[in-house]
Amino acid sequence: MNPPVSDWPTRSADLSDDGILEISMGPQHPSTHGVFRMNVKLDGETVVWLKPVFGYLHRNHEKLAEKMSYLGSMPYTDRLDYFSSLSNNWAYALSVEKLTGIEVPERAEYLRVLLAELTRLQNHSAFLGFLLGDMGAWGSALMYAFRERDLILDLFESLTGSRMMCNYMRFGGCRCDLPEGWLGQARKVVDGFPAFLDEMEQLLVGNEILVARTQGVGVLAGADAINAGLTGPMLRASGVDYDIRKVDHYGIYDRFDFRVPLGEHGDTYDRFMIRLLEMRESLKILDAVLRDLPEGPILDPKSKSRGLRPPVGEAYTRVEAPKGELGFYLISDKSPEPYRYRVRPPSLINLTLLEDMCLGSKIADVMVILGSIDIVLGEVDR
Amino acid sequence: MKNPLTLPGLGILKGMAVTARNLVGSYYGTKRLHTISYPEERLALPENSRNFPFLVYDGEDADGGLRCTACRICEKECPPQVITIVPERDENGKLTKHPTVFDIDLNACMSCQICVEVCPFESIKMDSAFEYSSFEHVESLVLHKSDLAKPNSYYHDIKPTEATAVDANLEAERQRKAEAAAKKEAALQAKKAAAAAKSAAADAEKTPPTPDTDASD
Repeated sequence: MNPPVSDWPTRSADLSDDGILEISMGPQHPSTHGVFRMNVKLDGETVVWLKPVFGYLHRNHEKLAEKMSYLGSMPYTDRLDYFSSLSNNWAYALSVEKLTGIEVPERAEYLRVLLAELTRLQNHSAFLGFLLGDMGAWGSALMYAFRERDLILDLFESLTGSRMMCNYMRFGGCRCDLPEGWLGQARKVVDGFPAFLDEMEQLLVGNEILVARTQGVGVLAGADAINAGLTGPMLRASGVDYDIRKVDHYGIYDRFDFRVPLGEHGDTYDRFMIRLLEMRESLKILDAVLRDLPEGPILDPKSKSRGLRPPVGEAYTRVEAPKGELGFYLISDKSPEPYRYRVRPPSLINLTLLEDMCLGSKIADVMVILGSIDIVLGEVDR
Repeated sequence: MKNPLTLPGLGILKGMAVTARNLVGSYYGTKRLHTISYPEERLALPENSRNFPFLVYDGEDADGGLRCTACRICEKECPPQVITIVPERDENGKLTKHPTVFDIDLNACMSCQICVEVCPFESIKMDSAFEYSSFEHVESLVLHKSDLAKPNSYYHDIKPTEATAVDANLEAERQRKAEAAAKKEAALQAKKAAAAAKSAAADAEKTPPTPDTDASD
């Protein structure tokens, strides 16, 4: 039962007797990364209470998937975290592959790593821009990041047909092979990326305003992060060495040599730097993939898209999506639709500690902390 | 960052240098500014680019030449359920393998191209046209069979590689079918000949007229 409407903290501003101001930030706030709302209680400018309100973008993703063929849910996974549709595709395909036991050909495994790492690059570069936007540097950093991201989206478009809603992976491989000249283009983008990272570092790292706005802001202890189930760059910024690419070795990640950058302080600055460093590591993986990409089929001939009826059973698989652990849990009852379809979204779970990070901060820092979590509402609300 | 040697403001100055480099660089070349002034200038779409589906027809007849056989697989598989097909029936109520109605509601189509993947007849393909904006939903964004039908030459124009491969597939399929039909025909002929020979032999031996099922067949 909901409390009566009159008790809902929806009024835009409410000054109570003890001088606590209650503000509803969002859902139309430009810095909330979509339709996200926070109810904040302020003592002066200091946050004393914060409650996230979400669900404005709820699209019934899980129940829709339970009324649809296994293939039919694949394009819907693009719309979870719409910045990194290829990682979502991969997580879902892995789950169905585990359920059915379909094998993935070598070339497709390489392509998946290639695309997932490109996705990480473009997600993180957009993140840098948005974080700076949240700090008020709306413009330069975001535009430079988007310019670079666009080159990667061009690659996605020429391969999958769509810039963001890629819908590319299939159960047992990938949908179509690389078009003529794609690898050369990809090589050019990957080779040009370090120059962009250098430029971003020169622009941002050591910038006194950025340092003042992020260091010591939104500090999160490693133990708290583990207790709340946080994953991805959020967790690693707090100094916890946990990267599913290293832990699970899903796909063929055990073949690549890369390091997992870790933060020290768990503040917003660490979360910002972690992304910069992760991009450098992704570039190493991309180099290796572009060097080793084998020839061969890209789809298991036994896989079928239509009328897939996996054997009775359940499967949970997870990938290291750019935002954290993205998991798909499926239960099959041998019918063409999954009996249960559950998404473990990194954004939602990373959001759970927002209040803990924000308490005691200034109201202007709330947006920066929220930005440093890197949420996408498509995934939070599903 | 707590380096005592860092001059205050140096970080900002370094950042300003990057900004200046980008500002100047954006006037030279496309590396730092690769936007264009749409709609005056347009980028060539990549061949794989997809937006909404269309129906391919062979030959000149936009309706009769449709490859679509109204099997309704795409209608069933479409995730957002935007395809409506009514199969055509002749006067005896028999299916003619041709759609009377084939509608796609672009309002809800999510361009996932699953209809293309499940179609066994290579009849529905993705178009790369994207300028569909309009003021009303139903009149201009629910496409009917006549709007959707595009000639195979159009398919070749937008996706030459894919269309050539599809044509080759269809040709191979046609040949395989023709061969199978010829084989069947030949087998039938051989059987008939054998039966005829047998009955002729039976006649020649002047056996008593017993009902011979093979000969009467």
